[in-house]
Amino acid sequence: MVSPILELKNINKSFGHVHANKDINLTINKGTIHGIIGENGAGKSTLMSIVFGLYQANSGSIKVNGNEIKLRSPKDSIINGIGMVHQHFMLVENFTVLENIILGFEGETVFGEKLKKAKKDLKKLCETYNFNIDLDATISDLSVGFRQRVEILKSLYRGAEILILDEPTGVLTPQEVDELFKILRSLKDEGKTIVLITHKLIEIMDLTSEVSVMRQGEMVGHTRTENTNKEKLAEMMVGRSVLLRVDKPEVEKGETVFKVKDLTVKDDLDVIRVKNVNLEICSGEILGIAGVTGNGQTELLEALSGIRNVESGNIELFGETISQKDNYLNPRMLKEKGLAHVPEDRQRMGLVTDFKAYENLIFGYHDQEPYSKSSILNHKEIIEYSNKVMKEYDVRPSSPNLLTSNFSGGNQQKIILSRELNEKPKVLLVGQPTRGVDIGAIEFIHQRLIDMRNKGAAILVASVELEEVLSLSDRIIVMFDGKIVGEKINKNVTDRELGLLMAGVTE
Amino acid sequence: MEFVSDLASLINSTLRISTPLVFAAMAGIFAERSGVIDFSLEGKMLMAAFVAAVCSYYFGNPWIGLLMAIIVCVSLSMLHGFASVTHKGDQVVSCVAINILIIGLTTALAAAWFGQAGLTPTLTQEQRFLEVNLPFAENLRDIPIIGTIYSDILSGHYIFVYFAYISVPIVYWIVFKTSFGLRLRAVGENPSAVDTAGINVFAMRYKALAVNGILIAFAGAHLSTAVNANFFREMSAGRGYLALAAMIFGKWHPKTALIACLLFGFTDALQIRLQGVEIPTIGEIPVQLIQALPYILTVVLLAGFVGKAIAPNAIGQPYIKER
Ligand SMILES: Nc1ncnc2c1ncn2[C@@H]1O[C@H](COP(=O)(O)OP(=O)(O)OP(=O)(O)O)[C@@H](O)[C@H]1O
Ligand SMILES: [Mg+2]
Repeated sequence: MVSPILELKNINKSFGHVHANKDINLTINKGTIHGIIGENGAGKSTLMSIVFGLYQANSGSIKVNGNEIKLRSPKDSIINGIGMVHQHFMLVENFTVLENIILGFEGETVFGEKLKKAKKDLKKLCETYNFNIDLDATISDLSVGFRQRVEILKSLYRGAEILILDEPTGVLTPQEVDELFKILRSLKDEGKTIVLITHKLIEIMDLTSEVSVMRQGEMVGHTRTENTNKEKLAEMMVGRSVLLRVDKPEVEKGETVFKVKDLTVKDDLDVIRVKNVNLEICSGEILGIAGVTGNGQTELLEALSGIRNVESGNIELFGETISQKDNYLNPRMLKEKGLAHVPEDRQRMGLVTDFKAYENLIFGYHDQEPYSKSSILNHKEIIEYSNKVMKEYDVRPSSPNLLTSNFSGGNQQKIILSRELNEKPKVLLVGQPTRGVDIGAIEFIHQRLIDMRNKGAAILVASVELEEVLSLSDRIIVMFDGKIVGEKINKNVTDRELGLLMAGVTE
Repeated sequence: MEFVSDLASLINSTLRISTPLVFAAMAGIFAERSGVIDFSLEGKMLMAAFVAAVCSYYFGNPWIGLLMAIIVCVSLSMLHGFASVTHKGDQVVSCVAINILIIGLTTALAAAWFGQAGLTPTLTQEQRFLEVNLPFAENLRDIPIIGTIYSDILSGHYIFVYFAYISVPIVYWIVFKTSFGLRLRAVGENPSAVDTAGINVFAMRYKALAVNGILIAFAGAHLSTAVNANFFREMSAGRGYLALAAMIFGKWHPKTALIACLLFGFTDALQIRLQGVEIPTIGEIPVQLIQALPYILTVVLLAGFVGKAIAPNAIGQPYIKER
């Protein structure tokens, strides 16, 4: 007995010139987990934001339980039992969990009885789903995984029957993903309907019973999950067949480029994050760093790229010390030596999101010819160049004059990569190269990195995606609690071995 | 005995002098907690003073003056909202425009209506607010300590002084104990969270600005229809800015902002008392230096003593959902 709980008919939505959703039709059945996949910028988040009432569609109709409803604001959708966990969490950081959840649904002008009741109800909800959340904790003290649970709890408390999750696993550790999936399954068993947007096909195969595919603003296919597989889905998404694993020819390792000795680094709060790390990277080699988020990878990369002071130890680049007080090279000098850095936090460190795309495409190299002459930017040249690289790296839409914040996450990442890779660096440091990026683009990015390596660049890739580390690296080190707990040549290593090391289990 | 009465009168003046600061700081808390910068406290206070003086004069009743001041100040706040909330303009620019407009407007209107640039006619006893003596103030005066506190410090103020100090716990209660307060704080921290909770971000900010307008009107009316009996040019004399500093010093919190206001009020009161006083071995302190005291204090406090003042996260940013 399947009955549709949510029906979308001919939904259209434009942002200025961008037609983000074109005549979308979608039916979601009650009590199922329904996956939605599609490339970056395909319009998945936009569509779901329309269902949630955050954006208003230009045309089209929405039915919930067979009744047509008008969604003027999230209020209308919440009343109709729709809840959404956004890609970027919608929480007030300095509020408590409780305050965040009751916000807008206080039920009383002056806090009193209803607040007590809300607390009791929430405690019960937490127990039912094994959430383990302290309602009085402040959000800023919670890990990403817990914040996500707060978001889910918030939707449930507000009476959600349909729960939309937009790329929920992008920022989670593998353990957190497992826990999330447990929660989602138990919600489904309760009869709730779940819509899951993700880039990870394995999650679609694991969790969903139906899947819809979007491409460039259109809905291009629906299928039952049992009738498909990862390869078929990938092809539907991208419109061509995708290699889920890149070809990697053997190349000769060259000279040692980076030499790190006994490196210790502290974070902003003066906590030691990198402990006595020793490593070497050679040209023509990709060194992968595997590890769960927050085990020192960020700080290691920052120290290597010259944006974080080292506490003790030494870093040598091409045989020259770069990290000591009397011989310190700042990021700019390192750049001149041929070092490029793709930071893991693209919004904060990789881009100025309020800049136009063409500005970000040359930023850091803007004072070089041909982008500028005697300190004056050459606009024509920059636009021409931008048009060219945006095509080459398949940035969508390929309009250099668009604000960077208007690009979807994956396309923002391509903007950074094109900037850093195009200058043909000798050394490349990359943090989370494909976070939030669709599989078509992942293939592309991986191919680029391997090309660079084949041409003799030394590359360091830190990623929390085990699969990514395995498919890119020649050598893999695993970081746990700031230390290197294992090093493996990437031949016959298994997920399991690495997984154990990542969890800190060393024999 | 002289010391006690000196101290009592010093505290008494502190309470009086701090009054407009307290109103303005509370007004600022509402606007800025909702994410809207309010530099126009100064201008609105001036406008309120003008309107209150003029209307009290025309209608012969200071309460009508106050009411009109409230209407005008709320309108100015709405104007600020229209520019910076609805049309997403730069909030500081909008405030500066309002401030400049009002300095010119009050001077010009006074000239046009009363023939004197920036001066309104002196109000009679009936047209202004008078000091309020608390019950039994005279009878209790002779009781040691309690009598001094009650009769010499607490009694005999203008009604606004009492309003100001009562407003602080009320503001605290609204901001921290009501659902309106919760939404107010949320909208200044993360408007997207408020929007996705089904609350209208713009409406919330307009509501906050309306309360802001009401509170600042009291500050202006206090200046021109209570402590003074007319309006004169630029009579707000930087109090709006000082209140803003107090609010930041108080970390956008009513209680600590009150303390900051009292501190500023106290240095000002002290400054008045110290003028002309000879200090042994140093001699007479130059008037200018003494007068600069509250401002020096502001700079020193803001420059470091307070620790990091963390503003509401979304302050100054218009809410843009679709670009
Ligand atoms: N608020 C907005 N204002 C203007 N344009 C937008 C806005 N949100 C999205 N877009 C544009 O609409 C298109 C669809 O974006 P959307 O975020 O829905 O993609 P997505 O499928 O969720 O991609 P991703 O997988 O990267 O999250 C993109 O071209 C994007 O640039
Ligand atoms: Mg998205």
